Amino acid sequence: MNIATYLHAFNGVVKREFWRFIQQRSRFLSALVRPLLWLVVFAAGFRAALGVAIIPPYQTYITYETYIAPGLCCMILLFNGMQSSLSMVYDREMGSMKVLLMSPISRAWLLISKLVAIALISLLQVYAFIGIAWVAGVEPPVLGLLAVLPALLLVAVMLGAIGLFLSARIKQLENFAGVMNFVIFPMFFLSSALYPLWKMRESSEWLYWICQYNPFTHAVELVRFALYLELNGQALAITAGATALFTVLAVISFNPEKSVRAAPVRK
Amino acid sequence: MTEPATLEIEHVSHHYGARVALDDVSLTLEPGRFNALLGPNGAGKSTLFALLTRLYRIQQGEIRFQGASIEQVPKRLLASLGVVFQQSTLDLDLTVLQNLEYHGALHGLSTREIRHRADRELSWLGLADRKKEKVRALNGGHRRRVEIARALLHKPRLLLLDEASAGLDIASRQAINMAVRSLCDERQLTVLWATHLLEELQPADPTVILHQGRVKASGTGASLCEANHCEGIAALFEHFTMQGPD
Repeated sequence: MNIATYLHAFNGVVKREFWRFIQQRSRFLSALVRPLLWLVVFAAGFRAALGVAIIPPYQTYITYETYIAPGLCCMILLFNGMQSSLSMVYDREMGSMKVLLMSPISRAWLLISKLVAIALISLLQVYAFIGIAWVAGVEPPVLGLLAVLPALLLVAVMLGAIGLFLSARIKQLENFAGVMNFVIFPMFFLSSALYPLWKMRESSEWLYWICQYNPFTHAVELVRFALYLELNGQALAITAGATALFTVLAVISFNPEKSVRAAPVRK
Repeated sequence: MTEPATLEIEHVSHHYGARVALDDVSLTLEPGRFNALLGPNGAGKSTLFALLTRLYRIQQGEIRFQGASIEQVPKRLLASLGVVFQQSTLDLDLTVLQNLEYHGALHGLSTREIRHRADRELSWLGLADRKKEKVRALNGGHRRRVEIARALLHKPRLLLLDEASAGLDIASRQAINMAVRSLCDERQLTVLWATHLLEELQPADPTVILHQGRVKASGTGASLCEANHCEGIAALFEHFTMQGPD
């Protein structure tokens, strides 16, 4: 097994994700509709209720839409990361997971390839959202669109790894709906995606600390700062650490024996 | 020319909780031959396949590929193994070629090499003109052929087929059976063909009869019939599978 072998495998996994993405255009649209609803409808309603003070990385007063845009980018990555885990559960139920498991190439490499592949597909959706948000008046620096790329990629891999880790614990597709409620919504609402954490602290100290320990908060801040051409070192360290931790956990907990179903055996 | 692959299963047992799926199973595949694993549904064939393909860990016993324990040489085993599972593992929404490309990439092949090999295997199986069609558009027999083409793409030395022809009409079953048999002659492939359909076997085939997780008999169909005073494989199968547990 040489490097070319590993690269061919990576290429194959990325291409398959892309082919599946092309097949599921409605998934692309729904991934865009969700954050756009927040940006256009929710933000319009909350604009008056939530005044945003001047906080880094912003140099001046900003609209509420501008504040929540990075969080909505991460929302796309969050839903996609979890949905991709859903597809792993689906692959497992349909038997196509066996194709992956029968590869002689390192399973860790294949899983990481899958995470990166899913992340790359998610980035297409995030940039489509940023494009539409631009039309709606959210205009970060043009160079920020480039600077935010590695941040988005890291966050996407982190959320994909969390999803993969969770999917190893889900026996059936139906159980995943519960995880969505117990993982996606708490992660999103207990973060700085929709409101600055100082606002949360004014309401509740303990909720503030939960938000602080939520890796999604730091993922949002990493993206927010990068979009405005600044580096948030703490957010980068925590996001990178969480990415490494959950990737390792996802690879370790990926048990092929749970991933396939034997034919029923008579007593 | 490379020597045909060898596979030996020795005293393998497997349990699902309290249920015994395989009980002290031992068998050796004849290299370069069409080896038949005959057993009714629930005999333990799929569990044995899951162990051979390392989807399950071996609980008891040993499986050796080319003389080495498969736990010692997992990558060598997987690189040499072509498998058609009982349940289809094709992605229905991708084209035939895309399914093959994905499999080939997972075996470290370049896209160019995969396309070259895919053309060869699909032509041989009469599917050259279907490669750009979605798998969903193919009938059951053609889907099985695609799975065989995919299993051959990385030039395996050992081909495992678990009920590969189940659910197909007689003509499709025969066509697939004959195609796989020809691989033993033309490519010196060692084949393990698991089935519960007696008409797929020939008297000269090395045959193992598996029932309730145990090997009931092994040898060529003809020699087993003679030894057990049975007139044919159907009678032989009935002889062993109508017996209750020992």
